Amino acid sequence: MTHHVIRLDAPDDFDGWRDAARALAGSGVPADRVLWQVGDQPADLFATPHRAPVAPISPSAARLNVPRDFIQLARSVVLHRDPERFSLLYALLLRVLHRPALMQDATDPLRRRVEGLSQAVRRDMHKMRAFVRFREITMPGQDGDAAEGQSRFVAWFEPDHHITRTNAAFFVGRFATMHWSILTPDAAIHWDGTTLRQGPGASAADAAPGDPLEEVWKAYYSAIFNPARLNPRAMLSEMPMKYWKNLPEAALIPDLMATARARELDMIERSRAAQGRHGTAKVGR
Amino acid sequence: MAQLDISQKLTILADAAKYDASCASSGAKKRDSRDGTGIGSITGGGGICHAYAPDGRCISLLKILLTNSCIFDCHYCINRRSSNVRRARFTAPEVVDLTLNFYRRNYIEGLFLSSGIIASANYTMEQIVEVARSLREDHDFRGYIHLKTIPNADAELIAQAGRYADRVSINVELPTRQGLERLAPEKSETQIEGAMADMATVIEDGADARKRYKSAPRYAPAGQSTQMIIGADAANDRDIVRRASGLYTRFKLKRVYYSAFSPIPDASAVLPLQRPPMQREHRLYQSDWLIRCYDFSLAEVTSVADTATGMLPLDIDPKLAWALKFRGQFPVDVNRAPREMLLRIPGLGPTAVNRLLKARRYRSLRLADVARATTSVKKLRPFIICEDWRPLALTDSADLKALITPKPKQMELFAV
Repeated sequence: MTHHVIRLDAPDDFDGWRDAARALAGSGVPADRVLWQVGDQPADLFATPHRAPVAPISPSAARLNVPRDFIQLARSVVLHRDPERFSLLYALLLRVLHRPALMQDATDPLRRRVEGLSQAVRRDMHKMRAFVRFREITMPGQDGDAAEGQSRFVAWFEPDHHITRTNAAFFVGRFATMHWSILTPDAAIHWDGTTLRQGPGASAADAAPGDPLEEVWKAYYSAIFNPARLNPRAMLSEMPMKYWKNLPEAALIPDLMATARARELDMIERSRAAQGRHGTAKVGR
Repeated sequence: MAQLDISQKLTILADAAKYDASCASSGAKKRDSRDGTGIGSITGGGGICHAYAPDGRCISLLKILLTNSCIFDCHYCINRRSSNVRRARFTAPEVVDLTLNFYRRNYIEGLFLSSGIIASANYTMEQIVEVARSLREDHDFRGYIHLKTIPNADAELIAQAGRYADRVSINVELPTRQGLERLAPEKSETQIEGAMADMATVIEDGADARKRYKSAPRYAPAGQSTQMIIGADAANDRDIVRRASGLYTRFKLKRVYYSAFSPIPDASAVLPLQRPPMQREHRLYQSDWLIRCYDFSLAEVTSVADTATGMLPLDIDPKLAWALKFRGQFPVDVNRAPREMLLRIPGLGPTAVNRLLKARRYRSLRLADVARATTSVKKLRPFIICEDWRPLALTDSADLKALITPKPKQMELFAV
């Protein structure tokens, strides 16, 4: 039994996947005859030990027409960390080519599973846009003209999936005139006001603390919290604890929660005392 | 009084602003700063919540007052003239700096600026508008701006606010005129609604002009919203839903926010001591959704309120309450029923309904198909018919409510 081994350049290599998938589908290669890998790493957990590449498939195979929403779906699913993503997508592609209406059918198990991967990626991208926290770092100027030092904004973030490069466009559009870097364990992106550069993974220590604005932000976070409405479950569903270590304000949460009830009771007690002074007053029409 | 630094002022002026429920950064037009000299973007769609406070509320905007000094004495308000809270005032440049500094660090989507009324309505409005003007014109800021407008400020100032802001709002404060007269004696419903009507006209005329001239300025593209306080006066849920519905239709509001009255420091003696259950606010929001997103009519929503008290049930959501009350409408055949009827099935939202509508064009849906298109099929089962499923007269049984009502949970961490 022979397999085609497809070697992709990077974990988020959508173009590589698309080119290979197009050629494979054009040659009628079934999904269980393809092994996908990133670089030299086997990407598919179920890869058989006998990987004998067959003759290269012709890249000029027939033009394939797939619905546009399939391409959109595939672009995001490729960013998922699930090692099976490439083969799931290829299996879905073969079925969509056969029956384009499958893209409309949310009840199909494979279609649902792939959609689930896409949802996880989109959520991860959204949370990165929400929870990246820049720190301002003033760079010493060149050759002693320290006054000319350009400040740079640096953030450390740990995404669940391979979203950093794809998400860069959002940050470029938003912080176009700033100089910034977003560092993650797998990759880094740097913007200098005109060009986006990519770099290798970094560590948390590379985004040094010490930005005085963090204290002002924490003052805001404390003050905007209403202790009479404590509802940690709602907070945790949108801001799970896995994000807390990189959010400066999250350090305040335990104390805000612990003192909330006492603060509320204190307000009620004072009101009661005040009403005692004013005589009883009832609200009504 | 000793000079307050920025952090101290922020603590006072954010604390004073937190009773405004809205923090939405949604509905604005898509834009970014690639061709600009400043920063900021709107991604379109839902907006971004950059943090959540332990009260579960989204922190999307820097929500502050310009000053918490106020010439009014509204009983429900922490900033009323007779309250002895500490007072502070930001200058316009201070707010501009703070907004930009927070925005640069990706803490926020933008600014929600309100103010206590000082000197006069016009003076206060001018100060608010100046902050927005400076952000937009001096700094080319393209993030989100929500401005509170002051009733009976000049129409010209209100229009300027709409020119710079993505969203504007005026709070109706209380659900009934009687409530407003009692708790905010210096405010008037006529004035508040007049300002809303003026703003609605500004927004509509602006949209009209843009149809004819591409370069015509946009006015508050994310529309106007309002807020009312729940549980501080005697209004019942039926009054509240009716008032909200009237506001939506008369002023084309984007949102009506409900803020369950909660104890404040140095409360007025006229206020109730205890807050209403938070669940009440939640049920009102659900009824609001039913009207805005589920094609329910006002009469349908109010029909589930208790006839005597006018209150919505607290133990079950209003959609389930409607289904139980009109159980003759069920079960609904998911393979044949029209969209409006699918939307009435408890546990089924617009996204799942769209999925089912698409999928059933290609196949006759079975229970397993419905399960894959929805988050949980368990709640749906008594209400639907599909290819391989028909409830066993479950909707007729008297104890249906007991069967599907969620087990009572302690909704609030501590009951007072």
